[in-house]
Amino acid sequence: MPLDTPAKKLTKKDFTSDQEVRWCPGCGDYAILAAIQRALPEMGVTREKTVFVSGIGCSSRFPYYMNTYGFHTIHGRAPALATGLKLANPELDVWIITGDGDGLSIGGNHLMHLLRRNVDVQLLLFNNRIYGLTKGQYSPTSILGQRSPSTPMGSLDAPIQPALFALGAGARFVARGIDTVVKGLGDLFGEARAHHGTSFVEILQNCPVFNDGAWDGVTAREIASDTQLWVEHGKPLLFGKDKEKGLRIVDGGRRVEVVSVGKGGVPESEVAVHDETNRTLAFLLAQLQIPEHPMAFGVLYRDPMVAYDQAVVAQNEQAKAKHGDGDINALLRSGHTWTVE
Amino acid sequence: MDTPVSESSNNNRETLDSVVIRFAGDSGDGMQLAGTQFTQTTALAGNDLATFPDFPAEIRAPAGTTFGVSGFQIHFASHDVLTPGDAPDVLVAMNPAALKVNLSDVPKGGLIIINEGAFSSANLKKAGYTSNPLDDESLAPYRVLKIDISKLALAAVEHLGLGSKAALRTKNVWSLGLLYWMFDRDRSSTIRWLEAKFANKPDIAAANVAALNAGHAYGETAELPQGVGTYKVPKAELQPGEYRNITGNEALAWGLAAGGRLAGLPVLFGSYPITPASTVLHSLAKLKHFGVTTFQAEDEIAAICSAVGASFGGALGATASSGPGIALKGEALGLAIMTELPLVIFDIQRAGPSTGMPTKTEQSDLFQAVWGRNGDAPLCVLAPATPGECFHYAIEACRIATKYMTPVIVLSDGYIANGAAPWRIPSFDDMARFDVRFHSETEGFHPYLRDETTLARVWPKPGTPGLEHRIGGLEKGYSSGNISYDPDNHHKMTKVREAKILGIANDMPEQAVELGNDSGELAVVSWGSTFGSVNQAVRRARSEGLDVSHIHLRQMWPMPRNLGDLLRGFRKILVPELNNGQLYRVLRAEYLVPAQPLDKIAGMPFKVAEVLDGIREHLQA
Repeated sequence: MPLDTPAKKLTKKDFTSDQEVRWCPGCGDYAILAAIQRALPEMGVTREKTVFVSGIGCSSRFPYYMNTYGFHTIHGRAPALATGLKLANPELDVWIITGDGDGLSIGGNHLMHLLRRNVDVQLLLFNNRIYGLTKGQYSPTSILGQRSPSTPMGSLDAPIQPALFALGAGARFVARGIDTVVKGLGDLFGEARAHHGTSFVEILQNCPVFNDGAWDGVTAREIASDTQLWVEHGKPLLFGKDKEKGLRIVDGGRRVEVVSVGKGGVPESEVAVHDETNRTLAFLLAQLQIPEHPMAFGVLYRDPMVAYDQAVVAQNEQAKAKHGDGDINALLRSGHTWTVE
Repeated sequence: MDTPVSESSNNNRETLDSVVIRFAGDSGDGMQLAGTQFTQTTALAGNDLATFPDFPAEIRAPAGTTFGVSGFQIHFASHDVLTPGDAPDVLVAMNPAALKVNLSDVPKGGLIIINEGAFSSANLKKAGYTSNPLDDESLAPYRVLKIDISKLALAAVEHLGLGSKAALRTKNVWSLGLLYWMFDRDRSSTIRWLEAKFANKPDIAAANVAALNAGHAYGETAELPQGVGTYKVPKAELQPGEYRNITGNEALAWGLAAGGRLAGLPVLFGSYPITPASTVLHSLAKLKHFGVTTFQAEDEIAAICSAVGASFGGALGATASSGPGIALKGEALGLAIMTELPLVIFDIQRAGPSTGMPTKTEQSDLFQAVWGRNGDAPLCVLAPATPGECFHYAIEACRIATKYMTPVIVLSDGYIANGAAPWRIPSFDDMARFDVRFHSETEGFHPYLRDETTLARVWPKPGTPGLEHRIGGLEKGYSSGNISYDPDNHHKMTKVREAKILGIANDMPEQAVELGNDSGELAVVSWGSTFGSVNQAVRRARSEGLDVSHIHLRQMWPMPRNLGDLLRGFRKILVPELNNGQLYRVLRAEYLVPAQPLDKIAGMPFKVAEVLDGIREHLQA
């Protein structure tokens, strides 16, 4: 990712386009949009090198509201399109905006391959567990039994957990945030951008029209300290109002359990310490669900390796170093040729 | 073989002006290798030629079965060769299945070289023979040369101590050696090729060379039955210049690299493997030092989307596929049309619908290419006639795509993709550049500003300060580039997109008549890879005194601007196509002319005779 120094300090306003935002009142997308418009100037990026690419769905309207380069593509294909864009110009700072339907249903295949290739982009997956733009059908992250226009008696297929999917596909950066925790989001966006390779950020987002309160069990302010575990590299996995609870790894690493820490509980030394380079731990954290466990937030996993686009550039350079700059005339005359007098 | 034109003093070789040979064997017998080597050597000998490789879809079909038979036909001559030939003068049959599948194509009196060693009762049974055709009268109408090639090849390489399996594998090269002797070909080019190919396996190289020489020596020394002679095909009178053999897919790949150079752009080629298009990807993957980046995507959709993304980013995005893959790419093609981005698409057509017959040729994607998308979604479609033309049309596709900000589909097919033909190598230095100028003016900018003449929108490149903009699949306002649901605007934008594509006709040549007069009784209108057989058929019809002209289309959409007037000058119009009738319907719809179809839907190219029969029938009707 290029680090550019803009001539003047940009502000949120510089990243706001002149287009009227058309999400429903109260949509979680507003908060995410504001968070990124605020976070980008902090990262010191330029508008001209920033590109937002999206698929189809409510979240995918996002690029129109950003005063950067943007491409609102077709359903599910933003990762494929962004890969080509990054190969054409690896200097660009590319953000993919997708949702649970766009990214995990119609575009699940492309997302998997983006992650395993490790293309240097940031991907924000807005997870509201419902189809919004098509008016309320259940999505691949909807809870089992979700009633919707297409499942009046309740959905029958088990939901996918986006962060687990990402880890399984070989993602090297997996984070999770919440639409309403704006400060937390801004930080995650900064971390995501600083990471070389695909940065996968799942954002729990509320759809007030078709699935209102789907995440309340995790995000409601009054219970948040007990249902959210914000992880930090090198720090013990503590949560609760007074950090009086923690996660202990048991069964030889096969399971985590919630323990009381301190007075009347276990000593803090028994609480697991977050190691963001530990993939096994990341899997354990990604699958924590309420009510048994708190849900994990923050950077669950970060272990960089060479990004695909950089490797492609290197291989192209290697070919040039070996063969020199290609000569079309020589190419046409390679192999057997003969002359007719 | 044609009737001998003269007796030559050179070893008493009969001089022929044209020969068609078909190599046929099991898919593991190396027939494609024998065929391509014969092709290379024949080109070096100065003949004009055309080839037709025909192989099964199965990678290793069960040995000895009829559906595992692989064939390679070459037509070479002392004159212009436009087709791989209707019927083989010489059939090399390496096993009973190869004989069974190919025998009906051999004209009576044709020469059949048979590997007797493979006619075991097990192989005969696998091929579905109830009795051995070598023992009964079924081959009586032909000249037959029965040789135990298996045994002779084994003996030739015995001294090298290879395993019998590896030793037996040289029988294709043994038979190649025999044909080199029969047709007076020089072995040295093949020997050099074998030595290079097996540089890391010197014993295999030595075995193949030994087998090649042994086959040749067998011809020199063995007593051959009456009627089997040696022949000579004098050099063809070709236009002076430097030549090479080229396949259509290779030419498309090289043309794309050249087109990128002429546009001054890096190329991003995103592709997903599919028969018969994959070799375009293989060729381009070797051209990284030409500013070509190749990307093997996870599927057909991702392949084209990566190309669209690259074009948005200021590179030249390109992709290739065959019918089923083009179907999957349809939505992204629409996106490229809506966002008016340059894109080059190679469609190497094959027999459909659905999976169809992947290794067999067909011209049935014309409708799909011109109209196969949701909405009114026009784009440009070109169709090269020969492998060599693929190079020029790939370049032309790059020029039009970047000048008009549009996807351009090049319709090739399995026949020209795999067939090789001698090609006079053009000079790249003589080719006109068409450097792309990205938009840079920030004053009054919006992404749908248009060039008044071409109607192309501007191409602003991400990374340029002051030109930040958003595009996408939603309809855009004509004068703002912002999302628009305005009814009049959608009408206007649809008309503009159409006018832009139709305007390309003004930037391309008028339709010429290939053969015959500009008006008259019958126009035979062909397109794409059927050029050779149709042209030959019209030539023969004209020599019979029939009033027939040949018109061959290469600009499928928009069609040449004079085409309607030209067609209206003929009383009858016959449209031979390898499909169930597509172009003839387009011509009727566009020009209200009485076009009639002549279809062949067999997964095989037209034979000259089939088109000629069609012409005669149509004139009598």
